[in-house]
Amino acid sequence: MAPNLSSSTFERRSPPIKLAELSSLSAADSAAINAVLARLKNLPGALLPILHGVQDALGYVPKDAVPVIAKSLNLSRAEVHGVISFYHWYRTEKPGEHVLHLCRAEACQAVGGRALEAHVKTTLGIDFHETTADGRYTLEPAYCLGNCAVGPSLMIDGALKGRVTADRFDRLTGVTA
Amino acid sequence: MSALKEAVTIYVPRDSTAISLGADEVAAAITAEAARIGLDIKLIRNSSRGMFWLEPLVEVATDAGRIGYGPVQPEDVASLFAAGLTHGARHPLSLDLVEEIPYIKNQERLTFARAGITDPVSLADYRAHDGYNGLTNALAMEPAAIIAAVTDSGLRGRGGAAFPAGIKWKTVAGAEGAQKYIVCNGDEGDSGTFADRMVCEGDPFVLIEGMTIAGVAVGATRGYIYLRCEYPYGERALNEAIKAAYAANWLGANIQGSGKHFDLEVRMGAGAYICGEETSLLESLEGKRGMVRFKPPLPAIKGLFGCPTVINNVITLASVPIILDKGAEHYKNFGVGRSRGTLPVQLAGNIKHGGLVEKAFGVSLRDLLYTFGGGALSGRPIRTVQVGGPLGAYIPDSQFDLPLDYEAYAKVNNMVGHGGITVFDDTVDMAEQARFSMEFCATESCGKCTPCRIGSTRGMEVIDRLVAGDQPVKQEALLRDLCDTMLAGSLCALGGMAPFPVLSALNHFPEDFQKSSQQQTPRVRVAS
Repeated sequence: MAPNLSSSTFERRSPPIKLAELSSLSAADSAAINAVLARLKNLPGALLPILHGVQDALGYVPKDAVPVIAKSLNLSRAEVHGVISFYHWYRTEKPGEHVLHLCRAEACQAVGGRALEAHVKTTLGIDFHETTADGRYTLEPAYCLGNCAVGPSLMIDGALKGRVTADRFDRLTGVTA
Repeated sequence: MSALKEAVTIYVPRDSTAISLGADEVAAAITAEAARIGLDIKLIRNSSRGMFWLEPLVEVATDAGRIGYGPVQPEDVASLFAAGLTHGARHPLSLDLVEEIPYIKNQERLTFARAGITDPVSLADYRAHDGYNGLTNALAMEPAAIIAAVTDSGLRGRGGAAFPAGIKWKTVAGAEGAQKYIVCNGDEGDSGTFADRMVCEGDPFVLIEGMTIAGVAVGATRGYIYLRCEYPYGERALNEAIKAAYAANWLGANIQGSGKHFDLEVRMGAGAYICGEETSLLESLEGKRGMVRFKPPLPAIKGLFGCPTVINNVITLASVPIILDKGAEHYKNFGVGRSRGTLPVQLAGNIKHGGLVEKAFGVSLRDLLYTFGGGALSGRPIRTVQVGGPLGAYIPDSQFDLPLDYEAYAKVNNMVGHGGITVFDDTVDMAEQARFSMEFCATESCGKCTPCRIGSTRGMEVIDRLVAGDQPVKQEALLRDLCDTMLAGSLCALGGMAPFPVLSALNHFPEDFQKSSQQQTPRVRVAS
């Protein structure tokens, strides 16, 4: 015999937490996210385009954007979080003023990529996925920027740079250790 | 009557490798210098020829043909004009007729026929260079005849798996489904490869045309180009070209009055290498985590959103228009054995003349590395090359005479893959490279199957112990056993092929894994 589950078993003990109260999204950020959703939510397979749209607009995907996106696509928050955390490109922390993508892959390794990586980390005083204390640079690894004949390669805010020596890196960023 | 004289045409590539070396600054300097000296010029941002050591390569149209100068930096521009650049005069950076440069002259360019020649986003330029001849022919053919032409050409998937394209198309054509899709795999994540990028940036119409032909052939009305987000320049060029194709009715409803319909959209990836695996890519396009699917069902039967889907690599689809234009026989006449046509080889890493070499199958690595590539950039001996990306084997000099051919490579556990060749000189540490292969696999594993998810991390640890000289015989046996499990037990090529670079490093360069044990037990010299 099935257990008799009275409706009170499922009664909430406390009122549900209103997401809006916990959200730290500014009015401007909310507006930006809603604009992206309005533009893209009806695409088939809309989640990746939406996350790109939010990250392009705000520089990152704030964790408080997750329930808003989930609700609009009729997905669970876990599903949206799962997608964000699966893809290396999406970040959930506000990045520095400039985002550097440094190539770590074999073709760059063959022309001094490893030494450049060490130089970049020492010069900026940070590891991958970190932002400098002054908030100027965020450093991310890339596994190939498709610039494999003229490495080592670096992307600065989407602009590709080839044959990046330690000197050239210092000149491009104006940072010295 | 100098006022009536036509403005001289100057070309500066918009290819991202050229830009990464200063092409935008050179283009700006040329415009500024021409204005300063009061000269009327027409500046075209062409695509790259794929001779990257010469970039930024500036070309000038003359009566004799296109004269090149390179590599040009902004500070060279004034002296180039002073020397008479506009009529192709000599200068220390002169390369004379670009088409006569042996690197270009000795290639067989079919897929890359327009590379470096046209303005990538000009539909008129594309049309003037045989563009849309293939689709025009296809629109007059029965769908089955289009598929037969692709099958007869011998074209195989250029993404790495080398599956016959015509057979895949035929399966989709025969599958039941109200909606079918053409998906282009532009998630070119292999290090040492950039051919897909060059098509997207340098000749986007050829990809659009190839996908439209595929759509007409199998009855698909919708296509997606899944492009990796590391390629923002490619995204811009593709979107410009798609817009132009729609405006001229080469996309959309009733294409050129044929009654055929094809819509096309670019979707950006998000930095996951695994999404280059076709089923993972489809999951990603559906807006999900890029987890590999079990096969069967094949994507041809149940692909995107559960519908029959053709999924092909950029180069595969970009090779279709010339097959429909010049005929299957023309394409098939290039190549050897069961590897028909041409392969755009990408010379990368430590190589003097890095770039794109499109050759018929059958060319040897030695030819590519020395005749085309000119040896290592560092001037040191080439010790090894990795062919086929991060999952490809490290090949030693003793195998450099192997002909580039899918079957010949597979026979010795190497793979042609997407045709990327990454060159290393004799300073490379092969134990470090083997460790990186495992590290890369651990970073990029989707996590669905255990051999890949856990094996890669354990592999890193075992290599660390092996190199540290901690019970090396035991560690090597363990590493080989682990590689065997990954090879046989992984769900897709990531875990299933990551052992190739590891084992090839271990087999061909065992001395690199023994450094530490040699250091710890130095040979004792007997005083004489």
